[in-house]
Parts: sequence; C-alpha cells; structure tokens
Amino acid sequence: MKRLLASVSLAAMLVAAPAFAADIKQGGEMTVTFKDDLITLDPAIGYDWKNWSVIKSVFDGLMDYKPGTTELVPDLAESFEVSADGLTYTFKLRPGIKFHNGRAMTAADVKYSLERTCNPATQSPGAGYYGALKGFDEFQAGSATELAGVVAVDDSTVKIELSRPDSTLLHLLALNFSFVVPKEVVEAEGPDFGHKPVGTGAYKVTEWTSGQSITLERNTDYFKAGLPKLDKINFQIGQEPVVNLLRLQKGEIDIPGDGIPPAKFVEVMNDPTWKDLTIVTEQLHTGYVTMNVNVKPFDNVAVRQAVNMALNKERIVQIINNRAVPANQPLPPAMPGYDTSFKGYAYDVEGAKAKLKEAGLEGGFETDLYVANTDPQPRIAQAIQQDLAAIGIKANLKNLDQGNVIAAGGQKEGAPMIWSGGMAWIADFPDPSNFYTVILGCGGAVEGGWNWAWYCNPELDKRAEEANAMTDPAKSAERAAAWGKIFTDLMADAPWAPVFNEKAYVIHSARIQGPQGVFADPIHIPVNYDEVYATDAQ
Amino acid sequence: MPAYLARRLVQSALILLGVSIITFLLLHFLPADPARMVAGRTASAAQVEQVRQQLGLDQPIWTQYGRYLWKLVQGDLGRSYLQRTQVTELIAARLPATALLMLGAILCELLIGVTLGAFAAARRGTAADQAVMVGALVFVSTPQFVIALTLLYVFAYWLGWFPIGGFGDFKHLVLPAVTLGLLGGGWYARVTRSSVIEVLRQDFVRTARAKGLDRWRIVLVHVLPNAALPVIAMIGIDIGYFMSGIVVVESVFGWPGIGQLTWQAIQQIDIPIIMGVTLVSACAIVLGNLIADLVAPFIDPRIKLR
Repeated sequence: MKRLLASVSLAAMLVAAPAFAADIKQGGEMTVTFKDDLITLDPAIGYDWKNWSVIKSVFDGLMDYKPGTTELVPDLAESFEVSADGLTYTFKLRPGIKFHNGRAMTAADVKYSLERTCNPATQSPGAGYYGALKGFDEFQAGSATELAGVVAVDDSTVKIELSRPDSTLLHLLALNFSFVVPKEVVEAEGPDFGHKPVGTGAYKVTEWTSGQSITLERNTDYFKAGLPKLDKINFQIGQEPVVNLLRLQKGEIDIPGDGIPPAKFVEVMNDPTWKDLTIVTEQLHTGYVTMNVNVKPFDNVAVRQAVNMALNKERIVQIINNRAVPANQPLPPAMPGYDTSFKGYAYDVEGAKAKLKEAGLEGGFETDLYVANTDPQPRIAQAIQQDLAAIGIKANLKNLDQGNVIAAGGQKEGAPMIWSGGMAWIADFPDPSNFYTVILGCGGAVEGGWNWAWYCNPELDKRAEEANAMTDPAKSAERAAAWGKIFTDLMADAPWAPVFNEKAYVIHSARIQGPQGVFADPIHIPVNYDEVYATDAQ
Repeated sequence: MPAYLARRLVQSALILLGVSIITFLLLHFLPADPARMVAGRTASAAQVEQVRQQLGLDQPIWTQYGRYLWKLVQGDLGRSYLQRTQVTELIAARLPATALLMLGAILCELLIGVTLGAFAAARRGTAADQAVMVGALVFVSTPQFVIALTLLYVFAYWLGWFPIGGFGDFKHLVLPAVTLGLLGGGWYARVTRSSVIEVLRQDFVRTARAKGLDRWRIVLVHVLPNAALPVIAMIGIDIGYFMSGIVVVESVFGWPGIGQLTWQAIQQIDIPIIMGVTLVSACAIVLGNLIADLVAPFIDPRIKLR
C-alpha cells in the first residue's frame, strides 16, 4: 500500500547549527539513495513515503508546515480568512511566484490543480480527501464541468467553499494532492508529467534516468529568500540498503533514504561515530491487531478485551530491536489528542482468561490471524500467536502477500484477526481524524474498505462529525481533546488491540547538516530537502 | 535453411502468443486488485469502480486480452498503472544495462566454466578434477546475495579497486559480471567436462595422440571445438535467463537492469509492466535458443537444419 511516513521529533539532536539561519551559505550538493524508484513526482499521484517529500521540494501548496513542526503556515498563500460558519475560506496569494518555466502562478492555477486531483480521469489516490469541497460529488460524477467550491476570484485571490464544515481543510491544502501545477505543461506532457514535473518549488528536476538517478537543481527564482540551501541533490536509485550504508561509511553518499537495515541496526547504534549521526523520530504510526466484529466469537466484546489483555507488548517490541514503543490506544503519542493519562488494557494473562470465561469460552477457541509475509511481520505474528495460546486461543497464522491480506480485511467475514504491520497505519497528515474515518468509522466498514474490524459505532461517528465541525482555530485544543476521547471511549469496545508505535531512524553524513529538528521533521522523510546544507560550502 | 527459419519463426510467434495468454490469465486471477492499488486508500467503492472502468478491468477477460493483443501487435505495451509512463519506454531504458551485464556475465561464465571444465576433463579422475568439480558445485549452490556482497565488500569497499556499485564504465561492470560468472560458471564447467570426456573417447583423438601431438594441443584444437555444442546450447538458455533480469545482483550493485523494474512492478501489481517484461524475456529465450540452433551447423558441419 502506498503510505506515508510522518514523524515527530523525539530526541534532541547533536547538530552543529550556526546560530542564525541567515549565516548559512547556499551551495554544495548531496547524494541521497533509495532502493526503489520514486515512480512519479506528479503531486496528484505520488503517494509513497519516498516521493512524498521530494514532491514537497518541487511543488508548493497554499499551506505548509513550519519546518520541523506540525504547525500550519500559509505558503503560496500570503494570508487567509475563514467565514464565521467555517464554510468559506478566502486565500490571498503571495505576489511574484513563478513556475520553473518562468510563467507567473495565478489563482486559476490553484483552481486547475485542485480540479485535476478531484477529476476521476486523473486517478489521484488523494481525491477522496476533498469530498467536503462544494460540488465535489457532481464534478466526480461528471454532471458538472468544474469544481464549484473552488473559485478564482481574481489573479491573486482563491475562494474555497465547503458543503460541510471540515476542520481538516487547511491540512488538506498542505497535502501534496493540492499542490499547484501549470496547466500548459501538464497538458503538453500528458502522462509523462510525473517524470518531467514543473512546479513552483525550491528545486527543479533537471534529469530523470529511470531506475538509476534523479537530479534536482536549485530554483534560483524560489520565493523564499535564502532557500533552498543546496545547489543540487542527486538521488541514486536501485541499491540495497545494506550496500548504501557501506557507501555512507565510505563517504560516497550523504543520506541512505531507506535508513538502517534491521540486520545492521545494533552494529550502527553501537558505533560512536554513527550513533551521533543517527536521529530517532517518532512516527505517526500505530501497529494493531484487528478483530472482525462480524466473525464469531469476536462479536463478543469480552473476547476482544481478552485479546487486548493477553498481548505482551514489551516482548513484541523487543523482537524489532526496540524500534517502537508499546501502544494502548489507536492514536500515536505524537498525534494531537493522544491521551497520556489513558492506560488501556494492561498485560494480564489471568484477567484475559477470566474475560474468556465470562464469554463462555473457558476452553479457548481456534481462529485465523492474517499477516503480511515480509519480515519482520511473521515474527511479530508468531509472538502474538504465542501470547494468545497462553490464554487458550489457537490462532492459525495466514502468512500472505500484503495485497491478499488487505483484500481479506475488506471482506465482511474475510479475516477474523489481522496484524496490521507493513500495511497500516501511518497518518497522511498530523490530525487525529486521519486515524478514524477510514479505519475505524462506519464509512470504512464496507467491502474493499480499510476498517478491517468492521467496527461501526454510529454514536462515535456522530461525535467524529461534530469534532470535525469545530473549525475555529481557537478551539483546536478542545477539538483535539474531543478526538482523543473518541479513541479512548472506543477502546471500551476493543475492536483493535493496539500493539506499538514505530520509530524511524535517519542516518546522515557529517558533511550534511541542518537547523535543529530538520532530521526529525514530522512531515518530511527522510529529511526536509529545502533546509539541509553542506558544511563544505560554508 | 529459409524454410527451417520460417518454420522456427512461426513456432516462436506461437510460443510468445501462448506465454502472453498464460501470463495474462495468471495476472487476472491474482487475488489482488490493481484498481484499488491505483485508487488509493481514501477512495470510496464508487471511485475504485471508476478507476476499474478507466483501466478497462471491468471488461470480460477475453475482451481485455483482445485489446491488449491488438495494441501489442502494433508495438504498444500500454502505460504503467502507477508511473503512467509507456512500458516500452521503461523497458527500453533498462535494456542496454541488462544486455551489457548479460554479455559480461556470459563471458565470465565461459572463461571460468570452459577453462575449468576442460582442465578437469583432461585430468579426469585425479584429485584436481574432484577439487574443480566440488568447487563448481559450491559456487553454483551459493546464494547470489552472498557472493555479490562478499566481492563488493572485499574488492570495492575494502581494497577499493572497483566502485561500490553503480553503472557507467567498464570498472562498474567487473564485479557484477564476475559474480554471475562464478555463479553460472559451475554449470558450464560440468557441461564442458562431460562433453570433453565424451569427445576424448573418440577415434580421431586416439589418432591425434598416436601422431604424438601434445596433450593440451589435442584438447584445445581438436577436442574443444567438437565439444562446444552443448555449451552453445547453454548460452542460448542463458541469454533468456539474463534478459529476464537478475534481481539480487542488480540490487547489490545498483545496476539499472530489467530485474529491478520487474521486482518493483510485481510488488505494486503494475500489470502492464509485468506483462511487458515477461514478453521481452520470453522473446529473449526464444531468440537465444533460435540463435544457438542456427549457429550449431557452423560449429559442427554434420548438423543440417531442416
């Protein structure tokens, strides 16, 4: 599945940053490696953790996040106003912004870009996010030729109207799918736009050799003074992470984009040189076991609670070299709304047995646990299997290709239990609603959906809708708390057993540095390419 | 000869047609859903359905295949579901690297395999023969990953004689080609050995020996050309094998060949790429065998192509 990593700074890092950003000179280059190709840099289409951040450096949206934080700031927009009912947003565009081809960007481009993403012909995996825009359904169905909710008032003003309040709109306008593209280039290149992208961003793509390398060069007309820091970024594609680590140690490359391979993890973390150049970030990720409420005996809440109590999460975390922290609720700790006081279900074998007895299943039962067949997922599933066996549940492992696991999860009575590892769920944007609608809400409990527990609680759905309608930025803390309560209340029904929240490790050469937080940026993986600089250019 | 060639070409076309049908069917019955893959996880059922229609995946399988075949005969392999690029373009970009590695690898296999095989045959039954054959078996059964990483670590990382992977000049080619040469050389050594032993038994060799010719001269000049046929048939098979991509060696050395493209496409159920690559490698296998058969009469005039 395409998914996106987002992460939040966990550890303070050792970065020799000059005192003021303005002291940093532009220049120099760096080399980043990835095992797999970046596929596309079309912002309407690219949707994996590798191309996600590169797209952010080639294109811009109306909104963005302050570097190193999850704080929203206007980007292509200079300012915006929200109407009292939360249904109309008016954006004033920053003057003088140009595409890489030299043409000035206008409000019409913003409208075109959003329409392009929402147009079914584009096949954008992000179209579903923009359902609250006025006229979305008509436009998708083809009964309207334009998206009524996006209006270019004049060259520098965009008005966005919603059919229902959606407090995530500003996040959605910072999401790659809303990034602004030039119509004439998109039309001229057709489907090849993804390999020949033209945007307004800090870097322009100057070369793309399929499966081999991609070169970005500094956009000298970039609208943010002093950015980006580097003249050039070389992406080298196709080599094993373990070899790229050797190349890093040899000084040939600067950032191995795939991080530290699990087999090398302990070795690197014990090496004093590289330990200090490794930054730990907490991802907006939760790994969980789903229990399908349509399948007996998981229709009984006591059984689901018993499973929650049976799991020894500390031990499961050890299996992956402690590259995660145990979880007790669906939201990861880095997400607004996470309830630090919530304790969830503690590891309690006797308690779990008592719950099974309560359900009349004292003698245990047999069921299937589905798991993706790539390491380390089967090993984790085995640990879960052992924990379940300790309370009398015999879980047969179904090790399948992840596509098959996802397909089974999307069937009404397809998979009794699924270990989500390798497939779900990492948030696309730092908002708690992103952990509910698709994976725990009634809307996701459909054939082919992602709500693999098939849990549908209309009362929680209603509260989710209410929380999403709290569009007043002044009420954001209240809104986050409302969301947090939804998730902790949901744990009483225990459709999931949350297991852990993964951490990410970014390793880099000493030659490449950045301001505080740049290597643990919550939005950019592995790094915010605009902000890092080369020490040999100073 | 022209009649033979024509018949073989028709056969080849039929084989390729068969391969395309089987691959198409297999991909169709894959329990994964490419439309959902393209539509993304936020898509509603209706949106997935729309994508399915656009990709033509809602049509009956024979209609889909017919459309594919119609485009195929016009040289159009379609566009990648995810990259949106022409599949022909993607494959063409990888072919030079794949072909270069194939040449290098076959050359290394021949150098290693034929030399060792002829040596072992000439020393048949001795300890040297056994040592060579056991060595060949060891390399044939070692995982690609182990040999590739060991060579890379020793000769590139440690000694620094070669770059740590990449694609460009001759220096980049050496280690991946030697890796494949070591892996495949063992097969050539075995085939060469048994073929040479068989020829050594023949009368003309005895005659040559009786003339008092030097033993190595007999092996090099009289025996090897006569023993070459099975080796040439093996090269034909190897061409097909290498043209379908060598995923592990490619990814250790960062070699931008066809294997990497295939591997990624399989993970993403990008059907047009999988189909395209399968057809190209099937073509290579068929052509490789055809060429081996066509070359045979030149090596051994007793063979007539009919």
